[in-house]
Amino acid sequence: MQQLRLIIKREYWTRVRRRSFIIATLFTPVAIGLFIVVVNYILQYRSDETVRIAVVDEGRLFSGGIADEENIFFKQLNVDLETLKENFSKFDYHGVLVTPPHGNIQQQKYTVQYYTDQKLTLDIEPILVDRLRTALRKHKVTELELDERTLRALNSQIDIQPKPISPEAVVGTSLASKVAAILGMVMAFLMYTTVFIYGMMVMRSVMEEKTNRIVEVMISSVRPFPLMLGKIIGVGLVGLTQVAAWAILVPLMLIGVSLLFGFDVNATNLPEAPTELNGVDPEQLAAQIMTELSSFNWWLILPLFLLYFLGGYFMYAALFAAVGSAMGDDLGEGQSLTIPITIPVILAFYITIAATQSPNSGLAVWSSMFPLFSPIVMPSRLPFDPPWWQVVSSILLLIGACIALVWLSGRIYRVGILLYGKKVSLLEMGRWIFRK
Amino acid sequence: MVISIFLRAVANILEINTVSKRYGSKVAVDAVSLAIPRGSIFGLLGPNGAGKTSLIRMITTITRPDEGSILLGGEPLHADHPQQIGYLPEERGLYKKMKVGEHLIYLGRLKGLKKKKAKAAAENWLERLDLSDRWGQAVETLSKGLQQQVQFIATVIHEPQLLILDEPFSGLDPVNTNRLKAEIRKLHEGGTSIIFSTHRMEQVEEVCEYIALINAGRNVLEGRVNEIREQYKQNHFRVLYEGELPAGFATAFNVVTQRNQCLTIAPSEDLTRNQLLQALLNHGISIKAFNEVLPSLNEIFIKLVGEAETVPTP
Repeated sequence: MQQLRLIIKREYWTRVRRRSFIIATLFTPVAIGLFIVVVNYILQYRSDETVRIAVVDEGRLFSGGIADEENIFFKQLNVDLETLKENFSKFDYHGVLVTPPHGNIQQQKYTVQYYTDQKLTLDIEPILVDRLRTALRKHKVTELELDERTLRALNSQIDIQPKPISPEAVVGTSLASKVAAILGMVMAFLMYTTVFIYGMMVMRSVMEEKTNRIVEVMISSVRPFPLMLGKIIGVGLVGLTQVAAWAILVPLMLIGVSLLFGFDVNATNLPEAPTELNGVDPEQLAAQIMTELSSFNWWLILPLFLLYFLGGYFMYAALFAAVGSAMGDDLGEGQSLTIPITIPVILAFYITIAATQSPNSGLAVWSSMFPLFSPIVMPSRLPFDPPWWQVVSSILLLIGACIALVWLSGRIYRVGILLYGKKVSLLEMGRWIFRK
Repeated sequence: MVISIFLRAVANILEINTVSKRYGSKVAVDAVSLAIPRGSIFGLLGPNGAGKTSLIRMITTITRPDEGSILLGGEPLHADHPQQIGYLPEERGLYKKMKVGEHLIYLGRLKGLKKKKAKAAAENWLERLDLSDRWGQAVETLSKGLQQQVQFIATVIHEPQLLILDEPFSGLDPVNTNRLKAEIRKLHEGGTSIIFSTHRMEQVEEVCEYIALINAGRNVLEGRVNEIREQYKQNHFRVLYEGELPAGFATAFNVVTQRNQCLTIAPSEDLTRNQLLQALLNHGISIKAFNEVLPSLNEIFIKLVGEAETVPTP
């Protein structure tokens, strides 16, 4: 026990004091802030190139004029197309839009020609389509003698409001499941990245001890198992320290950035927000999200998340330690040995994406039981209030698997660390488990 | 019975009884028995891959024997024994980023020392090897020779009863080798039992009282260095002389080699040394020096290992 404490302490302090750790811990939030600033700038950036477009309105669609865009200007010309084409180089037009007369009023398809020598870029085409659609609609409304107000009445906005049948059931609002899905994804992603980052750190550290040749000195004083366990716990504490630091620094950074640059979320050119959120006041939406978030049972979700985090970390870190012990001095050579570990992690992440959409599907339920997946999948289901028996059995299975895998990894580790200059197969690692 | 076990435990720090170790189908150690007298310097010899390191790993409790038993101070090996053993492996190293003092304290505490005691011992040893000013320096900034000395301190910091040195001088320059030898001798005088594993015979002859020769996992030879050399002598004598050899000398004595006024002769077994000397004098040789030729351990080693290699393995 005394030895284990010493090992944990050394593993923790040597890492935390390292310059690379301090830099990564402090500068990652700064980098995230910087990234957001840059991305915002890029997304807000619009073409500054002025485009002029000639319109030959044979179909008489634009009798009411055409609205210009910020940098796209339309000019209706009463010249026939052939003269325009001949003298095209004299004018500074990007192209010529020709609208043929519209035929049957029932016809939905309408083809127009755009004459140009340049590419029809993505910033121009949607504008053209929009202008044509508006004009055509107006044209059809008039032709069909419809009333614009009547038409508007046809549009409906649907809002499904879940209501409980039995008084104790919690059904939330329709927004709740969206917020839960996002929260689930965030937790799964956190789990996924931390397992990889710190698991790999354990693996590298095991390899380092082996290539440094210190490991034989160490195990003449300490049994291999506490050495491995001490390393896993020590690195795990480093991980917790770093994540805790980020949990404080990243929000501070985000607040700082938004105060400094005064970003407006709606101003960004991001792909269209989901239609059902259109027309909702963003401030009101934010308030709704906050109420949804506070309605979750955090006293249950957070401790469970931590439990799954620990279980998942221990399990995967032990496997990474076992693989690290079997690797030689050459990192590239042993890379293939890590594949069997990385595959379940990646699979679990993809299952999570499906699980947040239908959290009670067979796939979601069973993979949140399977210990190699459950640390990533189950946290993503937690905001959806899964049945308690599923959570309990998933945790019991996870703890069992965790103990078994740490023990098995210890068996492999104890043989692997003393082996030099030999390429090891998975089968051989399996045999080490049973070696006396 | 009890008394005899007790006496053996007093006489021998370590007893290895028909110990075997297999790795897969390969037999690394094959029914080896050894007794290492308390307070001795014991040479564990053998060519590369003979099973020395496998045997040492069992003594240091890193691995367990498949068969046989190992007794340290009369007790079967248990979890506390590593604290009484200091082991300098052939494959050795230190944490490069750690500072010298911190590192020594860490390894000392892992061997069961209290923090204060570990610190005092580390300071003491660094001073003894003139390394006090290196306390706060990272290990990676030291030269290889200095790192080896720090490594040696780490091995002995907890005052082990049994010290196991596996090729301790490999990679050391002559100055550092001598420094280390002097320290080993001091520890020996202080009563530490030392196992010295190597394939470098000249070092063994210089340092060890007892040796065991391991080849292909088996114990081929064991005993006091003097007795072994005595046992393997070929009854050869070397004579340094002046002037000419008398005529008919070669027929009277069985001459093995002769050059530069130096003869090696192999007399018949029943002749004592004095009788041989008398016979030489009777032939009128002017003798400058006369001594019996004892084989070096190197010769014995090559002879035994070479013999084993010519025997086809089943």
